[in-house]
Amino acid sequence: MSEEISVDTDTDERLKSESAMAGLMKRPELGAIAGVVLVTVFFLFTADSSMFTLAGFMNFMSPAAQLGILAIGAALLMIGGEFDLSLGSMIAFFGLFFGTCIVNFDLPLIMAIPMTMVFAILIGSLNGQIVIRSGLPSFIVTLAFLFIYRGLSLVGLKAATDGSTQLRGIRPAVENDFLTPIFSGDAFPYLFSYLGDMGLIDTFKNGTPKVKGIPVEIIWFVIIAIIATYVLLRTPVGNWIFASGGDANAASNSGVPVRKVKVGLFVLTACCAALVAIITVLDSGSTDARRGFQKEFEAIIAAVIGGCLLTGGYGSAIGAFFGSIIFGMVLIGLSYTQIDQDWYLVFLGGMLLIAVLFNNMIRKRVTGER
Amino acid sequence: MTDKPIVHMEGIEKHFGNVIALAGVSFDVRAGECHCLLGDNGAGKSTFIKTMSGVHKPTKGSIHFEGKPMNFDSPRDSMEAGIATVFQDLAMIPLMSVTRNFFMGREPTKGRGLFKRFDTDTASKAAIEEMRKMGINLRAPDQAVGTLSGGERQTVAIARAVYFGAKVLILDEPTSALGVRQTSNVLATIDRVRKQGVGVVFITHNVRHAMAVGDRFTVLNRGKTLGTALKDEITAEELQDLMAGGQELAQLEGSLGGTV
Ligand SMILES: Nc1ncnc2c1ncn2[C@@H]1O[C@H](COP(=O)(O)OP(=O)(O)O)[C@@H](O)[C@H]1O
Ligand SMILES: [Mg+2]
Repeated sequence: MSEEISVDTDTDERLKSESAMAGLMKRPELGAIAGVVLVTVFFLFTADSSMFTLAGFMNFMSPAAQLGILAIGAALLMIGGEFDLSLGSMIAFFGLFFGTCIVNFDLPLIMAIPMTMVFAILIGSLNGQIVIRSGLPSFIVTLAFLFIYRGLSLVGLKAATDGSTQLRGIRPAVENDFLTPIFSGDAFPYLFSYLGDMGLIDTFKNGTPKVKGIPVEIIWFVIIAIIATYVLLRTPVGNWIFASGGDANAASNSGVPVRKVKVGLFVLTACCAALVAIITVLDSGSTDARRGFQKEFEAIIAAVIGGCLLTGGYGSAIGAFFGSIIFGMVLIGLSYTQIDQDWYLVFLGGMLLIAVLFNNMIRKRVTGER
Repeated sequence: MTDKPIVHMEGIEKHFGNVIALAGVSFDVRAGECHCLLGDNGAGKSTFIKTMSGVHKPTKGSIHFEGKPMNFDSPRDSMEAGIATVFQDLAMIPLMSVTRNFFMGREPTKGRGLFKRFDTDTASKAAIEEMRKMGINLRAPDQAVGTLSGGERQTVAIARAVYFGAKVLILDEPTSALGVRQTSNVLATIDRVRKQGVGVVFITHNVRHAMAVGDRFTVLNRGKTLGTALKDEITAEELQDLMAGGQELAQLEGSLGGTV
């Protein structure tokens, strides 16, 4: 939240001139960027060099993007002062809804995708309305929905498949759908095969490029990060989000429509979950009841690594973007090293702890607290 | 001062559960006057002005705005009608910059449609300019409000309300954290906006401040009005006594009689 602006204020003798560095030290996303640098350096030393080829990059960016789409939604919601712990369960629930539309009702994507989004909007507003109207902490309300949506996904899957917890047959149903390439597979295949032909990127012996294109989720991830950052820093709605999370009462007394903002953020988060559900269901050709398991925690951790305060009112979408990339790098990067994969969890917990301590320090810097 | 009140409130009651914060308060404010609301702590002053600024819905009573019955559903509604308020708790967000606080809920925009965006340059310039009028040179418009002193914070809140208070300006104990120079600045500002035709509601504990700018004085006690007096009908000592609980009420009845 900083406006770089040159208004000529009479120079104040009490203001020490602030170096660019000190200004940067106040940015919420600083920690996440530092984290990306640290993790990169770590893997440069420990990992096989193939991690930092184009193929390796796509390898870790793909899970980072799937998490990142959620994390940006979660970050905006956290800045607005609320949590949604049902995020992971919603992925399974929306995956079921989407899969059923396609397999059981034979709907084309042009129908199934908008219907899933409308369903997500309804579920998101349900979460939001209950939190706002009850005045209860969103933590506890959405914890209830974490179980409810997961349970409904299980029950629903069994009903849709006559007793199985996995719904298959999505790939053949959408194979020739014109919308499939927007939500699954790799984008820009022609560009990449052209680049391969030109010898600009690595190819297999038969001449096809090793990287066929950019996985679509990465493109979604980048677009969403850009839009979220723009909205947050450059629009009135962004100001309302910070204000609602900073102090809902003060914001409301100043004319901010706090309820609308908060419900809107719950809806946004649900839509992010629906997008990830659609992408993963199309990608794997099936959906199951374990989809999105614990994604709510990973998304919140990525948001916190990205500079979001648990108390709301402060944070950054671009920070959540980098926080998610850290996740992807650690998750995939370990497989390029000799290190046991199970260190992943230890690493995550450690990152979270460092991030929280760091954010606390930054907040005190911003507010001048001691 | 004109005779037509901008806001006229009649028999306002406000109950919080079984707490009766206001038990029938009538009050009005006219264009170009400063109407002071006085009273001891807990008298119900803040609760009362919150019903005027749309924060609370009165349990009973009527509000007329420019002669028409009015029902403010939210502070946003009352703001749009031209009422701006400095709340006692200031309604500021410490983690946000001065500029963002100043324009919170009423951000100036540039561009159109999808590209309509928060005009931060204009906002920062206006915030600095308004603060300078109040006698404070902001170090930087992107300074977080949390880093300001209590007095500076109060000044931001007052400058913001003055900037947006097109018809009515409500100030709930705005000078409590201010020094001598800043206080006289605020009093001068009240005088200035009053001369521009804005109706000012000024809540204070300080009778000298009230006497310095007030045209009319209403004293609240335990959720009820003890009466409204014009400037030349009452002395500082009498006001002081009224605020202290109305022990001298009998003695004052003469001077208040016509206007109670
Ligand atoms: N939201 C509320 N819930 C319950 N009681 C309240 C609330 N707001 C104010 N009160 C009560 O109403 C009375 C008047 O408070 P207030 O208007 O803040 O007084 P003043 O501003 O004159 O000092 C107090 O007794 C206070 O405890
Ligand atoms: Mg008060």
